[in-house]
Amino acid sequence: METLLNITIYLPLLGIPLILLSKNENMKKWSALLVTSATFLISLPLMFNFDVVNSGAAQYLTEGGRISSTLDIKYLVGLDGLSLLLFMLTTFMGPIVIISSWNSVAKHLSGYLAMLLLLQTASLGVFASLDLLVFYVFFELSLIPMYFLIGIWGGSDRIRATLKFFIYTLVGSLIMLVGLIYVGYDAGSVMSGVNFTLDWRFLSSDIYQIGLVEQTYLFLAFALAFCIKVPLFPFHTWLPYAHTEAPTAGSVVLAAIMLKMGTYGLIRVCLPLFPNAFMEFAPYMATLAVIGIIYGALVAMVQKDVKKLVAYSSVSHLGFVVLGIFALNTVAVQGAIIQMVNHGLSTGALFLIVGMIYDRRHTRMIKDFGGIAKKMPIFTVMFMIATLASIGLPGLNGFVGEFLILNGSFFSELYDNKVFAILAASGVILAAVYMLWMFQRVMFGPLENEENKKLVDLNAREIGLLVPLVIFMFWIGIHPVNFTKYSENQVTELIITSKEKSLAVLETSKTEDLPEWANSFYGVDEETESESLMVSTK
Amino acid sequence: MDYLGDLQAFLPGIITAVAGLAVITIEALKSGHKSAYWVTSFSLIVALFFGIQSLGTPLQEAFSGMLVHGGIAAFGNVIILLGTLFCVFLSNDYLESIDHNYNEVYGMILFATSGMICLAGANDLISLFLGLETMSICLYVMAGLIKNEKQGAEGALKYFLLGAFSTGFLLYGAALLYGATGTTSIPGIGAAASSDLLFLAGAALLLIGFLFKVSAVPFHMWTPDVYQATPTTLTAYMATASKAATFMAMILVLSRALPSVEGLDWQAVLSVVAIITMIFGNIIALVQDNIKRMLAYSSIAHAGYALVGLSAATPEGYSAVAFYLFAYTIMNVGAFGVVAYYERNKGLDFSDVNNLAGLGFKKPMMGVMMSLFLFSLAGIPPFVGFVGKYYVFAAAINANMVPLAIVGVLASAASVYYYLRVMVYLYFREAHKETEMIDPSFLYKGALVILALLTVYYGIEPILPFGGLMELITGF
Repeated sequence: METLLNITIYLPLLGIPLILLSKNENMKKWSALLVTSATFLISLPLMFNFDVVNSGAAQYLTEGGRISSTLDIKYLVGLDGLSLLLFMLTTFMGPIVIISSWNSVAKHLSGYLAMLLLLQTASLGVFASLDLLVFYVFFELSLIPMYFLIGIWGGSDRIRATLKFFIYTLVGSLIMLVGLIYVGYDAGSVMSGVNFTLDWRFLSSDIYQIGLVEQTYLFLAFALAFCIKVPLFPFHTWLPYAHTEAPTAGSVVLAAIMLKMGTYGLIRVCLPLFPNAFMEFAPYMATLAVIGIIYGALVAMVQKDVKKLVAYSSVSHLGFVVLGIFALNTVAVQGAIIQMVNHGLSTGALFLIVGMIYDRRHTRMIKDFGGIAKKMPIFTVMFMIATLASIGLPGLNGFVGEFLILNGSFFSELYDNKVFAILAASGVILAAVYMLWMFQRVMFGPLENEENKKLVDLNAREIGLLVPLVIFMFWIGIHPVNFTKYSENQVTELIITSKEKSLAVLETSKTEDLPEWANSFYGVDEETESESLMVSTK
Repeated sequence: MDYLGDLQAFLPGIITAVAGLAVITIEALKSGHKSAYWVTSFSLIVALFFGIQSLGTPLQEAFSGMLVHGGIAAFGNVIILLGTLFCVFLSNDYLESIDHNYNEVYGMILFATSGMICLAGANDLISLFLGLETMSICLYVMAGLIKNEKQGAEGALKYFLLGAFSTGFLLYGAALLYGATGTTSIPGIGAAASSDLLFLAGAALLLIGFLFKVSAVPFHMWTPDVYQATPTTLTAYMATASKAATFMAMILVLSRALPSVEGLDWQAVLSVVAIITMIFGNIIALVQDNIKRMLAYSSIAHAGYALVGLSAATPEGYSAVAFYLFAYTIMNVGAFGVVAYYERNKGLDFSDVNNLAGLGFKKPMMGVMMSLFLFSLAGIPPFVGFVGKYYVFAAAINANMVPLAIVGVLASAASVYYYLRVMVYLYFREAHKETEMIDPSFLYKGALVILALLTVYYGIEPILPFGGLMELITGF
């Protein structure tokens, strides 16, 4: 099984020479499809054999040798409850993305497919790596293919969009690199026999604790990198731009997978490493998340371009995920994890659908459409399902995630304020407004534009790539437990250990001489708060 | 006296010097004969072979304490010879196509390399000065190679005058140190270090001399002009091998001759210089349209990153700098090599970034390699440049210099823009007009491919399960 995991990660990379060597365009496309489908099939046993009860322990571990006797930097990959679903989502989206760009790549096909495959390997690596330096390497590697995907195959303003995307995300992650190195040496001084370690299993355990002052700075450094990636308001400005200019496949991967690296990093790294800072900053992060939810929705409402509308809806949806993560109770965090998958499915589908209509009409402006439901019945059904899933209609996947998040946030002790959940809930209503309004203007009404009268309905290929997504939208919506079970135990454990760890750090801090701001920010002297936390964990 | 051992210790230097004499003789007997190039390549390969063999041995003195060999000095030799070898491979075709393929160039390269090896293994201020001057004088000649154009003469003269000026500083510093301690031996100076004014002034002047040679701000003024005027492959040589040699000498001097004496806080001085060098180099590079000038400013910035490692002043920091120089050498020679390839095409001035539009798809292999080298220079994983930067910043963080590391990463984030800009032209813009692109020779392509493979290999090497390069960098 360990080998299987490694094969899954590197198979797309190994597929690149196959594409470059293929003689004609069809062979290139088929080999790319073959490679991604094989990756998906090989990854399935990883899901079936996953030990759900012990989801907290990393499974299928591969551990490489240390870089040197004192530096514990090593190749370390494995899957656990936090990463499994996202890992599977990535392999699942692989073939879909390839099929979606079957006829829409006008130039340099080999490069395009090679970049998609490289991106696949990088994304799988991010979710599977458990050594944070390896995580960082994959995290950064994923920027390179996306840079070229947007820059070469993107829209008219692609150069500015791709530079903004690249540099914006890079600035965040470089600051994180400094934090990462600091943590590495700090942890190395605790671990016996080495002076540097970034092994997540050690860092997240209760043996390793970081002082309150350091936690604050480190949390800010890491959170900045992840929030830019998510993107959380006010770091979202690169996203609509990149989404609008990216080719369809690029938008799908960006929305479905790359944005999840940010939210995933918040749970994977920020929570277990900096629990005190995580909990104290939670209300502030939640405030930004709620602003993002409402702001994203309001801006989406006034968009004239369908793709831009979907892009802003991403800002709104990922606000929910961040809100759920920082609520820090099992319900909300579980909701956040399943919502990451949901957003991947529904927003991925929406970008695919926008791409399909763009391929036909070469426009994405809402005003150019209207009444096309009559011409494209199957398209309408698919579009409707994806729209409703995105809005969060009960019975479809979006509802499950949003309900859990709102429910968890409502009762969250960290927020200690029901306003967050109430305001966020208004985001659901706004989502219905902007999505349904857009749907109505595009699909219904009189069919006036001559161009639109010539539209043809979806072909078998397009139906074939949307159907799997739709199946999962229903499956998650109707029987979510099939998916939530993977992360449940780990999330519960993680929250308990993090809370305990934060109390232990607080306890140690009482004996230390901390600066005034740290004392008051973390409430080091307040006995009552820590006791109430203790009660709530039980 | 163990004469044989002494000779063995300096074997790479002797090989290159003898080969240099041979090349000059060949040129004197049969002007323009091709064998000079082959003698050069062969001798460098042999020297590199002996250099690699002595990797991992402990640092020892030779020539009655004038030189050291093994340890970090051996690693320095390998970097210098590797850089030189690839520059020579690339130079043959490039100089041919600009009609400047004189055999004297190879002679100069070999003599300069011999000087660099002496410099990177100096254990005495006398041998240090000897190595430095042998290297510099040869480089002055190379800078003026294109003598018919105004630019060439300007660059060479500027380099020579400022170089001579900085040598004055270095020599003055050496004299003051001798006056303060009564010895020119580097460990001897370290042992007799005191905080009297003579010693401090000597150390400061010595540092200025070094900082000039590695083109740290504010001693960088000559760099862009000289780099632009020199034939590109020789620029690569100047930018990598000579910098590597000077940094290696700095490591030896800083770690052994200048211990922390009251009042002599060179760590702080170097970190300030590192900060302004990184910021200045990267910001000026942002607005350059000429790729060679852009790479010149980028090499200034890279000297800044290396200075970050030096100012940590820990064994870890010194090995980080050594690794960084290795990384910098392979990726920079690669980048200059691809630029040289573009320049060889007639019709447009391909050192102007605007004229690179659309070339990435026209010659896919060159385009991919250029992107690879540029991503590596920008410090994006999984390339060797990232590993180098990582070690350097890690050393600084471990030495409690977190702000320095933060400035460093922010500067390198800014640098990404100008590296990406080249790729924007190569790939994202349409070609202005159709130009015939020549096919590089097998050797030329092969040299670049090897550099590209090294760039990727040493980028992922740290997580590979077997022993790494870093373990070979020992002994200060």
